[in-house]
Amino acid sequence: MTVNAWRRENGRVGVRNHVLILPVDDISNAACEAVANNVKGTMAIPHAYGRLQFGEDLDLHFRTIIGTGANPNVAAVVVIGIEPEWTQVIVDGIAKTGKPVTGFSIEQKGDFETIRAASWKAKEYVQWATELQKEACPVSDLWISTKCGESDTTTGLSSCPTVGNMYDKLLPEGIYGCFGETSEITGAEHICEKRAATPEAGAAFRKIFDAYQDEVIEAHKTSDLSDSQPTKGNILGGLTTIEEKALGNLEKIGRSSTYIDAMGPAVAPEKGPGLYFMDTSSAAAECVTLMAAAGYVIHTFPTGQGNVIGNPIVPVIKISGNPRTLRTMSEHIDVDVTGVLTREQTIDQAGDALIEMILRTANGRNTAAEALGHREFSLTKLYRSA
Amino acid sequence: MGKPHLLKHDHSDNVGVVVVEGLTAGTEMLCVVTADNSDFTVTAKADIPIGHKVALSDLKEGDTVLKYGEDIGRMVGAANVGEHVHVHNCKTKRW
Repeated sequence: MTVNAWRRENGRVGVRNHVLILPVDDISNAACEAVANNVKGTMAIPHAYGRLQFGEDLDLHFRTIIGTGANPNVAAVVVIGIEPEWTQVIVDGIAKTGKPVTGFSIEQKGDFETIRAASWKAKEYVQWATELQKEACPVSDLWISTKCGESDTTTGLSSCPTVGNMYDKLLPEGIYGCFGETSEITGAEHICEKRAATPEAGAAFRKIFDAYQDEVIEAHKTSDLSDSQPTKGNILGGLTTIEEKALGNLEKIGRSSTYIDAMGPAVAPEKGPGLYFMDTSSAAAECVTLMAAAGYVIHTFPTGQGNVIGNPIVPVIKISGNPRTLRTMSEHIDVDVTGVLTREQTIDQAGDALIEMILRTANGRNTAAEALGHREFSLTKLYRSA
Repeated sequence: MGKPHLLKHDHSDNVGVVVVEGLTAGTEMLCVVTADNSDFTVTAKADIPIGHKVALSDLKEGDTVLKYGEDIGRMVGAANVGEHVHVHNCKTKRW
């Protein structure tokens, strides 16, 4: 199996060829959007943070913004920040990949002068990037993440095991895989811990899981979380408890796959090809943003009730087995696995259909989310800024 | 075999999931166990929406609800075979 895609300066393979106009901070969004408006074929990614953050929260901010620019789906990056020092931190981080990146800062110039200079660089990058040629790359060069959303009982029966079947088939080919959603493992943590490839990986997962329960849930809850986890959408879809939701969620790692490490949010995998757990929120846009920042280039997204999420740089492939969702919102669904519920399609066949859609997407087919303009980019904030 | 009305993951489960729209009380449901495609029938005792759970044994307050062969919570009310199991009679054991 091969795909036609772009091999980047650092050897990684990208399936999209974006030129990003990337803000360091919230107050640089307007300049970035002006540059993207001036230069067609570029994309600004406005976001809400980047000022007065400190400690672990600042580390995560830098890691997420640098990781977004460094992702192989990105050809080149124009970075704009209010001041030069933090702008340079982002530029230096992205430059380690070898891709073209230039930073601009607004202080002592103003928006007009910054936009003028950055627009010239953006135009140069677009004209360079659009001449880059695709080449045949083995499927093992793909990094494929997963997270489900607006889950219901049909996701645990159909779309989540479809993703699991895909991982059981493609991980042995040498791909990188990633699952997360720390709070949504609750009730299945004993199973997740056993699915580690080594005792060290299992212990790393358990440490992250226990810390999340103690430091986030127990420290901040005002109830049994029945009003938010499961969500109101989950409950409408028939899910009753977090345990039930977690068991369906974990179907995404298949029958035979094991994870080789448990990572912090937006941390790139360090132990070679295989499956990784990542400590993430279970909110769709935050989770996909973190996985994209860790370097994953395609995202597989099972949904039951119909989550409409996309991502600016990573194609998000939606899979659903709920016949009502296919009837009422089919414009959002890329892979229809309703046949699993009617017993007209096996999980093995559904997994093959997903792999075919992954290859078509890697070769350039726009996902439903791309066609509909869904570009949700949500930074994870660990605590309030100074 | 026709299209099932209800799917059950594991033989030990005491609930199953309605997988058709518009299920009405009195329907004799074709139920399939996904683990091995074996089937059985249960009569629905209520109109139950797609995706929602049905009791497959008589469940009383305090009973553990099993799905995927695992503990998914406890009954806080009763549900006899064919009745609806959801947030009105089933709760998490966590948090």
